[in-house]
Order: sequence, then C-alpha cells, then structure tokens
Amino acid sequence: MAAVRVEEVLAAAEEQEAEKRRSITVEKELELEFDLGNLLAVDRNPPAAAGLRGDVPRREALLRALARDNTQLLVAQLWELPAERAGGAGGPLVARLPEPAFRLPREKPPPRPRPPTRWEQFARLKGIRRRKRTSLVWDEEAKEWRRRWGYRRAGGDPARAWLAEVPANADPEEDQFARLRREKRERVARNELNRLRNLARAHRAGTAVPAAPLHPTGHQSREELGHVARVARVSTASLGRFQPRLPKEPAEPPSRNGGKKRRFEPLLGNLAAERSRQLELLRDMGSKKPVLDITRAVNKQLRQEEAEAAAAKGKKQSKRGKRGRRQQRVGRSSKRGGARRQQQQRPASSSSSTAGGGKRKKA
Amino acid sequence: MAAARSPRGRRVTSAPRPLPLPARSPRVRCGAMRPLTEAETRAVFEKLGRYIGENIQLLVDRPDGTYCFRLHRDRVYYLSEKLLKVATSIPRDNLVSLGTCFGKFTKTQKFRLSVTALDFLAPYAKYKVWVKPGSEQSFLYGNHVLKSGLGRITENTAQYQGVVVYSMADVPLGFGVAAKSTQECRKVDPMAIVVFHQADVGEYVRNEDTLT
Repeated sequence: MAAVRVEEVLAAAEEQEAEKRRSITVEKELELEFDLGNLLAVDRNPPAAAGLRGDVPRREALLRALARDNTQLLVAQLWELPAERAGGAGGPLVARLPEPAFRLPREKPPPRPRPPTRWEQFARLKGIRRRKRTSLVWDEEAKEWRRRWGYRRAGGDPARAWLAEVPANADPEEDQFARLRREKRERVARNELNRLRNLARAHRAGTAVPAAPLHPTGHQSREELGHVARVARVSTASLGRFQPRLPKEPAEPPSRNGGKKRRFEPLLGNLAAERSRQLELLRDMGSKKPVLDITRAVNKQLRQEEAEAAAAKGKKQSKRGKRGRRQQRVGRSSKRGGARRQQQQRPASSSSSTAGGGKRKKA
Repeated sequence: MAAARSPRGRRVTSAPRPLPLPARSPRVRCGAMRPLTEAETRAVFEKLGRYIGENIQLLVDRPDGTYCFRLHRDRVYYLSEKLLKVATSIPRDNLVSLGTCFGKFTKTQKFRLSVTALDFLAPYAKYKVWVKPGSEQSFLYGNHVLKSGLGRITENTAQYQGVVVYSMADVPLGFGVAAKSTQECRKVDPMAIVVFHQADVGEYVRNEDTLT
C-alpha cells in the first residue's frame, strides 16, 4: 500500500476554513522530543514563570494553551507517519507507529521471592546441600547401567516383585504386599499434601505462585505443552482475544464447556422452541419421502435389468461383489425383514445365487 | 491408617483414603436425564412414523398441554411438562421411569419401540390388522400372526409396513410389521406368516421386570 501524504489535504482544508480554525503552527524555542511508539512528546522548554505564579484561572489558561500546543505538535508528527487505509478502500486511515523507544516504568511492584518451604528451611538449618544425582545407576543383577526410575529401571520391575520379606517386628499375618502398596499410596498422598501446603503458603504470603508447570522443561508431553500454550495465550490484558496465532497453531473454536464432554440442550429449556424444532424436523422428514421412493424404484428396476443381463450372458458383472455380500447378510437377520434389503434381494435372487457363489469361491 | 512422623517428631497425617463408592449399574453411560439430540429425535420419529405416519405431530403438538420427549438411561420417555418439572427433583440414580416409555436406544444407537408405546400408537395407527379370537392368544405369547389367524387388514398395506394389531373387538394387542402386502395376503396359503410380531401386551406379564 502506498503511503498517503495528507499534509496537502490538510493545508487545502486549512485554506478553506482559515478564519475559523486556529493556527496549526506552534513556535517553540527548543524542539520537542517525540516517541511516537508511545505517543509521547517531551517538552523541555521552561514554562513562563510569571504565568505559573499567578492566580488559578490564569494558570489554568496557560497550562491549557501549553497542552494544546504540544498536542498540536504531536499530532502533526503523527500525520507525518506512513499511513494506510485499513479495511480496503473505504476504511479509516491508520498510521503505522514505530517501535516505542521510551521504557515505561513498572505499573505493579516486582514479585517478591516466595517463602522457603518447610524442607528448604530445614535443609538450610542443617546445612544440607543438593547433590546432583546421576541419571544411570549400576545394576548388579543385570550387569549394566540402568535408569534410576522408569522403563527398565535398576532393581527390576516393582510390579513383578514376587518376594516381600516379613520384617522381624511385624505381625506374621499381615499382607506385606498390601502394606507396601498402602505405604506407597500414603507417601504419594503426603507429598501431594505438602506440595499443596507450600503453594498455599506462597499464595498467602502474597508472592507469585511458582509457575513451574508453565515453564518449558524439555520433558513435557504434547498435551502439557498445548495446555501451557493455551494458558499463555489467555494471559494477556484482553484475555487472548486479539492474540495472533502462531504459524502452525490451529484455530481453536471457543468451547463453552472448557474442554469437557459434549453438551446437550438444557433439560427444562424453552419447550415451545423444542416443539417447533421437532415439528420442523417432521416436516422435513415428511417431505422427502416420495423422492426417495422414486429413486429406490428406479434402482430396483436397473438392478433387475442387470441381473437378467448377467443371467443371460453368464459373465461376471461389476456389481456382483455387493450382491454377494448382501446375500450373506440376509442369512443372518431374518426377523427384521427390512424393506430395502428384501426388495433388492428378490429381483436378484434368480441370478445372485450363482453369481454370488462364484464371487465367494474366488475370494 | 498409620500416622507417619516427620524427622522433627511431628505427626504428619496423610490424605484420607477415598470412601468406597456405592455400586453403580454397569451400563450407565450418561446418567443425566436430557432432551433428545437432533439425530436421536430423527431416529425416534422415523420409527414412530412407520406406524402412525404424519400423525406424530399430534403427539408433538397437543392442544391439552405441552408434552415432550426426554432421554433417561438410553430410554425415551414421553411426558407432560408438569411431570417433567416434578421429575427433576428426583436424584438420577433413584429415577426409574417417568411418564410413558416409548422405547430405548440400543448400544449401537438404534431405536427400539416397546409395547408401552402402544397406548399412543393405537389411536393414530394408519395400517391395522385384526386378529381372529382363536389366534389372539398365540400372538400374545409372542408368536407371529399366520394367515389362518388373520381377520381383517387395512386396504393397500404395503409389505414390511408397520401395523398395529387389534383383536376383533378393537382392543389393541400390540404391533408388528406386515410380512405380506394386502394383495398377497389374499393369495397366500394359511400357514404363511402375514404379520411379524414386534411387541404385544403379553409382555407386561412376560417381561415384567425389564419393562420400565
């Protein structure tokens, strides 16, 4: 799109309304500094000191004139920008702003660090430092390096452990396998409880809740990454409404359920609307009936002719495979007696017994 | 449940074990009562239309009240709006039946009409078959209607047309499918089947526990 220069247009309009409009030229000692990306104009000219010390109405008038002049200069700068017509020929004229240069200060205070968890406090107290664990562990029985956990872990598959020793101080009647499972369940539940407690503590302290699941780790599955991408898209000031899609991201239709299973009409919804919908459905169903019958009759006639031709020639026809299969299906369901099936079978019954049998033998 | 102890000697209780849930019937797919979807409505109307034709709109659009179809546990019920509002206050596990059951959707989403719909099919039936008193009982036991038991049949009944079966005293006995058209019924031998049995009022006694 060609950039439209509108200064001439403005000057022409100016000449027409020269008496009514104020002057658009503003005289300033120092030039203003403009950051058009932020729509910012910085005026370093010292204001008229006498005017500011005067009474309120004069001060107001002076400030208003100052604001008007500076705005005029800013708008004049905006009109200098390359502009285009948005939305085709008749759309509004839109200027393309440059990148903002001025770094705006933070609106909200920076997030505070989260409070240390119970374990972190304890570790700091005792001086326990984090040891980096090796990913592979030497397995004596298998005589090779195996993973610490996961598929083919060192120490064998825990599901296949066939021996569980009864400890000396335990009840001999107790089921050891059940005990191990129960303890694992309790451990998992306790860990989960503590994790939630730490989150609650961080939330109560007013700090940012650690968004650990939202940071890329490299071990996330496709679904997790999709979920994270969705969260990131929605985390804008407009809740993701004007967020452009990534090159290969599919356009997601807004689901009112939020990803839950399919949605049905409300139970006690508008019954009158439901009734009218059903009547319309009935009307549609009723109107189509004669058309289908004619088609069926024509097809039946054609098939009859084909069957006769096949019987006369004794050669294989192209539609015999379907007829052969239909013949097999009739044998299974005798009671239902669907009109279509029987009607199709009867004209072909004379020839399909040989034709279908021939096809079946070949297959 | 054992209470574990943290290194500091404080009691750390783990999360409570989930309560054992009451046993549910295994085939509850969507337990909630809900209106029929477009496809389901079409299937039901097609099936009903085979017996009563365009009189379905008399069922849908009634002058004496608003009646509607609702699906509950794969069964289609026909009930008035008043009854529906009352039925919403019953928990879905305890709700057995509401209004009149017209039929059910099978596992493959085909609609099967049941005998409990007879009261609504009989007055609007387009094609009727009257059965002789001698073979009434045979039909009520679930057998097909033979030519020897056929009393009357509506003129120009097509083959495989849905028909409602009556006794000679005009009492609706059930419904079925015409095995032969009216013309063929005249010519066929007495032991041939003329009406395939689909449902009869004897099922109220035979299948007492499975009818809803």
